[in-house]
Order: sequence, then structure tokens, then C-alpha cells
Amino acid sequence: MTSKRLDNYGKINRDKIFSFSWDHKNYYGYEGDSLASALLANDIKIIGRSFKYHRPRGIMSCGVEESGALVTVGTQDRKDPNVRATTQELYQGLVATGQNAFPSVNFDIGGINNYLSRFFAAGFYYKTFMGIPPFEWGSGTSIWMFFEKIIRKAAGMGKLSRLPDPDHYDHAHDFCDILIVGSGPAGIAAAKEAADKKLDVILVEQDNLLGGDQLAESDFDIEANYTELKSLGVRVMHRTTAFGLYDNCVLGLLERVTDHTGIVNQSLPRQRFWTIRAKHIIVGSGSFERHIAFNNNDIPGIMTVNASKHYLNRYGILTGKNIVITTNNDSVYPTAGALFEAGAKVTVLDARRDINLEKKISDNIEVRNGCVPYNINGSREINSIDIAETSNNPFRKTDTINCDHVLMSGGWSPAVHLLSHRGEKATWNKEHLCFLPGDTKEKISMIGSARGIWNKDDCIKSGIAGTLEAMNKMGLSKTNYFFPKEGGWKNAIQPLYEVKYNKSRSKSFVDYQHDVTADDIRLAHREGFISVEHLKRYTTLGMANDQGKMGNIIGISLMADLLDKEIPEVGTTVFRPPFTPISIGALAGRNVGKHFRPLRITPMHQWNLNNGAVMIEAGLYQRPWYFPKKNETLSDAYIRETTIVRKSVGICDVTSLGKIAVQGPDATEFINRIYTNPFAKLPIGKTRYGIMLRDDGMVMDDGTSWRLSEHEYLMTTSTAQAGKVMSWLEELLQTRWTDLQVNVTSVSEQWAAAAISGPKSREVLQNCIEDPSLIENENFPFMGFISTNLKGGIPCRIVRISFSGELGYEVYIVSDYANTMMDMLWKEVKEFNGCLYGLEALGALRVEKGHVTGAELDGRTTIEDAGLAKMASTKKSYIGSAMRKRGVLDSMEREQLVGFFPVNKNQNFDAGTIVCEKDNIEGFGIGRITSVTHSPELGHWIGIGFVKGGKEKWKNTVLIGSDPVRNKQMELQVVSPHMIDPEGKRMHA
Amino acid sequence: MNVVLAQIQSCTVNMIRIKCPYCGERDHSEFAYGGDASIKYPNLDASKEEWTEAIFFRENIRGFQKETWHHLNGCRMWLEVDRSTITHEIKSVKPCHPDLQKIMELKK
Ligand SMILES: [Zn+2]
Repeated sequence: MTSKRLDNYGKINRDKIFSFSWDHKNYYGYEGDSLASALLANDIKIIGRSFKYHRPRGIMSCGVEESGALVTVGTQDRKDPNVRATTQELYQGLVATGQNAFPSVNFDIGGINNYLSRFFAAGFYYKTFMGIPPFEWGSGTSIWMFFEKIIRKAAGMGKLSRLPDPDHYDHAHDFCDILIVGSGPAGIAAAKEAADKKLDVILVEQDNLLGGDQLAESDFDIEANYTELKSLGVRVMHRTTAFGLYDNCVLGLLERVTDHTGIVNQSLPRQRFWTIRAKHIIVGSGSFERHIAFNNNDIPGIMTVNASKHYLNRYGILTGKNIVITTNNDSVYPTAGALFEAGAKVTVLDARRDINLEKKISDNIEVRNGCVPYNINGSREINSIDIAETSNNPFRKTDTINCDHVLMSGGWSPAVHLLSHRGEKATWNKEHLCFLPGDTKEKISMIGSARGIWNKDDCIKSGIAGTLEAMNKMGLSKTNYFFPKEGGWKNAIQPLYEVKYNKSRSKSFVDYQHDVTADDIRLAHREGFISVEHLKRYTTLGMANDQGKMGNIIGISLMADLLDKEIPEVGTTVFRPPFTPISIGALAGRNVGKHFRPLRITPMHQWNLNNGAVMIEAGLYQRPWYFPKKNETLSDAYIRETTIVRKSVGICDVTSLGKIAVQGPDATEFINRIYTNPFAKLPIGKTRYGIMLRDDGMVMDDGTSWRLSEHEYLMTTSTAQAGKVMSWLEELLQTRWTDLQVNVTSVSEQWAAAAISGPKSREVLQNCIEDPSLIENENFPFMGFISTNLKGGIPCRIVRISFSGELGYEVYIVSDYANTMMDMLWKEVKEFNGCLYGLEALGALRVEKGHVTGAELDGRTTIEDAGLAKMASTKKSYIGSAMRKRGVLDSMEREQLVGFFPVNKNQNFDAGTIVCEKDNIEGFGIGRITSVTHSPELGHWIGIGFVKGGKEKWKNTVLIGSDPVRNKQMELQVVSPHMIDPEGKRMHA
Repeated sequence: MNVVLAQIQSCTVNMIRIKCPYCGERDHSEFAYGGDASIKYPNLDASKEEWTEAIFFRENIRGFQKETWHHLNGCRMWLEVDRSTITHEIKSVKPCHPDLQKIMELKK
């Protein structure tokens, strides 16, 4: 193939020259070029190497279906592999390289695979990586794995940069009345009609230019067309691919914002991921021209017919000098004429015997009827084509024509992808030899060649009909409308999928990208793969990044042939989103790095930071982890903090706890139904610890509820379950107990809270409130609650509860006063040489006390398992009471909460350690450790966790802790989980 | 866990649109799926067998089914949605709570 730029053709801007590099050499192109057209203009023939056989490949199309010219664009962290050169716009300084080749696509060592091809037939990977039959020899051995690596490296696509993506991506949303996909004649007609009817219209086009197939017409005026649409108020989105169609007319789109500029613009995202909700969707996504399977149908210089017309009239490139066009349909003749007029010698092989063309073509174009392509001679470029005659069965070579360029048209396949995403099956049409979109009840209309309409006038009519159908379906009008009939060629198309080569070892490609040949499909059939879905997976037909846009139908027709069935009986494969590949970055959008998920901070976040906190994520919250003094490690800090709390006093931000206001005449009844323990008689001014179960009897959450007044409670939940508990309460009140007069409101954000713990906590708090006598021990016993004022008249709520096991309080204050409260408390705490403590010390304090948290209450724990059986009332019914003792949940053999001491007191151990019996260290063991800490008071490491049979069975027994992940094993003594002050004297002090 | 799931969901296209009677038509990502709305939960003092039936046994309906959805990131109303499990077509959306249903009717 010798391709060259022509002077008087094309819609490129010859005043603007771009230089670009291809495989480390510099070339020139024009504004308006695609990378493919620029390469063709420079007569570069080999652009890629095929997936398995490393056969040289050239440019085969001019659109998204491209299977030959897959290249890598960009360098370093902006390297993008598998870019279709046909859809990449050229820009100044573009750097593109070939891929799947070493050292280059021009000379590729892997090309040897071509000669080893009988080893790479269908199912090669399955067979190879399972070892060599009959005994699967070698499978899983190191030598086999070594070969596997080499084979995997040789087969493949481009390589990722492996560097973090420096670009940013946006997620965007929009709405409209009618969204039209595709700006071909049909789409434009639909858009104009809809805009005329004063509807809000969005027209989406994946190309940078509007026009669709009209871009291949020499006289199509891009500017005039665009201006008219704009003046009608149509919202045009170009460089935007509608990649997926979802329920309720929701469309997913990818807009390429800067990919065509090569310029990094910090104020613009690289791509935008759009979600557009339309009232109706009109799909004018066009159709794909099919190739024909015959021997060597992939030699560089092979292309689809219509592509060459696009290159001629859009890019001003004549793709060959001596051109052979092979066809089974009428669509090629205008192209044949155009190519001839542009200066090429043109020969047409038409598989059909008698045809009567609509428009006479030049006498200088030789048309050979009843002829089909049989074999291409050449390896790196086309030298000649052998032809066969349809009258011969089997096919044999009857003549050879010298040529440098072969164009194929095996018929057209409507792009039914978007409709297929909706689960609508396309139906095979025997007359037009293509799958046509079926009728849909949804608000989707198919127009143009996506509907199987081939001629332009009818496409335009179908566009108008599409809008009228849309308006009827939307209930805006009741107009009569009709769609033109499918088809539109004067002579019928004739089936032509494969021209079978009569020699063995043929290379007649069905799927170019994955190197699937017609022989592979026959082999798969011989090996018993007869369902299309199996065939597809075994041969990998249609599984490359073009998703079978070109090859699927040939594959299905071959399968139908082998099964002696008709194509519709064999079926089609379902297309799934995305229509074309989407970068992961666009899917992630802005949800990357620290924005991966929302950040929640407490009102005293800055106060904590100012006072030296190191923060940690707890759910969505940032919470103080520890407050290191100079040079302190985490371990130094939390041990110091824990020690100070037990000796003196410490304060800790506990704002992240969930807080729910429960109000209404039936509040008490409600609370009593959801907790396992009795709440009916909780006096006003008292608080109680409670456990909630799920319907199925498992523990859902624990927390406290304070009775504020006759009809009002404040409920606290764990940080992790706050959202879930709130939804649960709402569900109960709105769906089950609709007679209860209770209102629940989340007040988590409204209240800030600090825990004050330690023997000196009362004195600290007394120095901070207006009336210290209120919290004297006798006035304010354990589990008491008061509303009072901090000094300065700041209203607050104080509960006397303890998570640490020490004398302790929690002070709740309107969030705006959080810093003031912390300043006041901290000043007093310092007086007692107290400390600030974080989540790590909080954890240490609670493990010493055997208090359970999310690590233990993980949704698989019953109230008995957690050692809280006493909390389960036997005098009332509550959520989960019927189910908590069902079947296996009632067994004493269940894993129950225990404490663990290391036998060797110098040894530490970790959460996740498996607990086993001494002589039976294997499998899942008999238990597991859920939380560990160093206990400063006991002077060694301790843990809590679960063991089958619990402390009844194992108390004081020595078990083995096995931690294969960290390669550790230790002896553990089972003890009570309440390791410090089991009688609770301190917190009642 | 839920947070991570929500993140993954936010990366994909929202598929269903639900007409909340209070807030209007919204993406399904604003809602949380509840469960089978036809279940009548037994009294708290009902037998283990009745509860087992209510909690664990579900029809696997092919077609329209009544289900509950929570307008989690909206008005927080629990809704009864009549939805086709095949096509996602939604026939009706109404508040689960009968009093809220009445109020919504009046508003119309
Ligand atoms: Zn709502």
C-alpha cells in the first residue's frame, strides 16, 4: 500500500502543521488529522503487532472498531496504552509508540510466534496453564510458571506506566428532554426536529466533528451544520462517548476534555464522566462495516471500504494506488468511484453474479462478478491478491491480481450496543444479513443505520420519526409517524463471511485483535464448544478491547455453519457497557487520595491537633490516636496515657459516638422494645447501658440511653454503627410499629463530647462547673445524668459512665462550645498532672476491662458469646428475643469471650491470632484473638477474644496462639476478660 | 464496609430513578434498599417459628414485588416501592407509614 496526501481533498487545516513522533522518529501532519491519517500521510504501513502471533498490522478502519492500529500515546506517567490511532486526534508534539513488539513493530522478535502458530490455537491458554494433558504434567511447578511468564509477556497489549496518574477527572451530571446519540444524518435530523418542537436536546458525538458518515462526503459542510444546530439551541457534546445505557433513560458518557490537546491544563479535567438523565433517548449510533475472513486477510494494506472514503474526503489521503475492493453489497460503489476519481486504479470483486447498479460507475473500474478474495500474497505489505469464484465449491484460486491495497465489505452491522445494554435482544434479519434492534417498551428510539437503514434520505426520515416517536412516548403529542423500511440497496446483499482456504495452516482472521482465526473456531467446535458463550470464552473471540465490533458476526456465522443451523438459532452475544474502553481514572473521578471517602472531623479536631494529637481514621472520622510527648513512639505514648488515666485523670474526645434524640409519648415503650435489658423503669435523670439485637438475635450495637424527661431520651451508639442504628429505628417506627408516637432525630453533629476518666476526674469536673456540689458522689452516683452549666453559664449535659473502668464522666456540650469546654477541662487536668488520651489508650483501657467493641461485636456474636447474658431480660420481649436462642445459637460450645495472658510474660501477640489446643495446632483452631494491648497495670501484654466453650471450659488452661501470618506462636493462658478491678469498685468510687 | 460499597457505587452510573413522594425523582444512590415490604413481622412475643418464617423465608419473585427503600440521603422516609425485578420498572412509590401516606395524599 502506498498512501499519500492529495492536494484538493479533505477537511484538514493545511495552514496548521503539527509535528509528532512515531516510534522515536519525527513526522508532520495537519490540524484535523487523526494519528492514523497522519501515519497514512507519511506512508507508514506497520503500526502494530498482533496479540498472539505478532503479525504486522496496519490501519484497518477509521473508527472505534479499529483492530490493527493500537498504539501507546504519551510518555512516562501520561502513557496511555491501547489507544486506537484512528480515534486519536493529532496534536503538536504527540508522542506515539508501537506496542506488543520488541524491539519495534517494524522488526519484532516475537514474530517467530507466527511460525509456531499451531501451538497457539484456540484454547491455548487454558490448555497450557493447566499443564500438559493427559496428566496435566508440569502444572503449578516452578519451571512451568517460568514459561507461563514468558508466554504471557509475549501475548498482550500495551503496557501501563505503573506511575500514579497525574491527571484529574470530573464527575458531572445533567438532565434533558431528549438525548440523541450520534450526529450522522439521522441524529442531526432528530435533533433539529426536537429543537424545533422547543424541547431541551443534547446531541452526543464521540468524534470531534459532527456529521457521522457525512464526514466521508466531499461536499459536507461541517461548519454550517454545527452553526445551525447551535442556533436551534441544541446542546452539542462532542468528543463524548455514550458508553452505557441504564434504567430509566440514564446514560453514562465519557467526555475527553484535553486528550486532543496534549497540553496539561490544571484548570481542566482530562476527562469528564457524565451521568445524564433524559426523558427519552434516541440512538443513531450508526453501523460497522464488516470484514471478510480469507487467508492472510490481515496483511498491512487491508482496510474496510468505507474507511478509505473517510480518509479520502475527511483527511485528503488516498490510501492506495492499485486498489482491489471485495464486496457482497452495493455500499462500496460510491467509494470505488471516488477512489478512481482521486487517481487510483480500482478493481471490484463482487461476490454477486447479476447486479444492476443504481448509478453507473466509470468504465475504467473493472467489476468482476461472482468473485471473492481467496488469499493475499505478501507479508509486510500486499503484493497481490488471489481470487476465487463463487461457482467453485470448494473455493480454489482462479486468478491473481497485482495490487497494493485491499478493501473489504462483508456487509454492515448496526451498532445495537446501547439497546443491548438494556437487555433488548437484537434479531437476525435474513434479508439484510445483520442483527436489527428489536422493539423496546422503554423510552428509547433507534434511528438511522443503527436501525438497519442504509440510505441517507431514509436515515433523515427515520431521525424525524424518532423524535415524533419520542414525543408520543413522552406524552407530549399524538402524531402519526412512520419509520422507513430497513435496507435501501438496489441489489440484495449476499452472504459472504469466510472464503475457506483449501490448504492447511490458513490464517484467515475472524477477530484481529485476539488473533482468532476461522480454523480456531472449527477447532473449538471439534473440541465440543458449541454454545456461542462457550465458543467466545474458549477462543477469546470478541473479548479484546473492540468487544467483537468487527468479528462477532463472522464468528457466529461460522459456528452456525458448523452446527448446520441458522444464525438466529446460534444466537448473538450480549453487549455490555462500556461501548469503548474507559480509563479507571474517569470512573474514580475526584474520589481519589484523601478524597476517596468523605472526611468527618469533630468540633474539637483543631483543638486536638493544636495539642499534639496524631490522628487516625475511625470509620469516616478522624480521631486522636495518641498525644506523643517529645520523641515518644505510639507505644510509649499510649502506655503513658493509660497509666496516667488509671493513676490520675485524662480527657478524650468522644464526639464521634452516635447520638439520637428519642422523643414522644411512646418513647419509653419504644426504647424498652429495642434494648435487651429493661428500660421501662429507668428514672428521669438516670442513664443505662443497653444492648440491641437484630431480628435474628445477633448483637447489633451497644450504647447508653439517658432519660431526660418523661417523654425524652438521648441515645448514644457506637461510632461505627451510628448510621445503621438510626436507619433501623426509623425503619421500626415507619414500617412496623406505626402506632407508636415517637420521633427520632440524629443529633450527632449537634453535640460534642469529652470523656474524663481517672480517680481525679470528679475534682477536675467540679472545678469546671458552676455548682460543684451537684456531682458529689452521693448526689450523682454511677449512671447518673444531669443537665447543668459549665462555668460561664455554658449549658452542658453530664453522665457518669465509664468505659475505662475508672471513675469517669462524659460531658456533652453544644458543638460550638467544644473548644471552650476542652480549654476548661484541660487547664484543670493539667493541675493534676493528667493527660490527653487518644484511641489507642482508650482501647488499652477497655481491653483491660474486657469491654467489647466492634472488633468483638462483628455481627456474628450473640449476647451470650459476648459474655453479656445478664443483659438479656427474661421478663420482657424485645427485638431478637425470640430468635437469640434458636438452634446452634444456644450451644455452650459456641465461641465465647475470654481474656488471654501470655504464659511468657515478656511475649507479645496480635489481634487475629488463632487459638488452638496444645496438641492440635491446625485449621481454624478453637478460637481467635480480637483485641490486644500492653497493660501497664499488669505489666505485660493481654488480649481478649473468643474460644469455643468459653472460660467455663478453659479457665486457666494453657492454649496455643498461632499466628502463621506473622510467623509467631505463643502459649496463652485463658483468664476472665475482666482483668482489672473486676468488681467495678473504682468506677463507683 | 458500607462506606466502601457506597464509594464503589458512586464510581458507577446510577441505574434506577425513584420518585420519592416528598423529594421528587432522585437517583437510587440516595436510597438504601430495605427488604421485602410484604412481610408482616410477628409480635415480639411470637414464637421462634413465626419469627423464622418472617426473617429467613423470602419469595424470589420474578416480576413486580413490593419492597422497602429508605431515602437515606434525602428526607429519611421509608418508602414502599412496587418494582419489577426484571426491568426495574417502578409502578408506585408511597410512604410506608400510613399517616405519612395520608399526608402525601392530601398534598396532591
Ligand atoms: Zn425523600
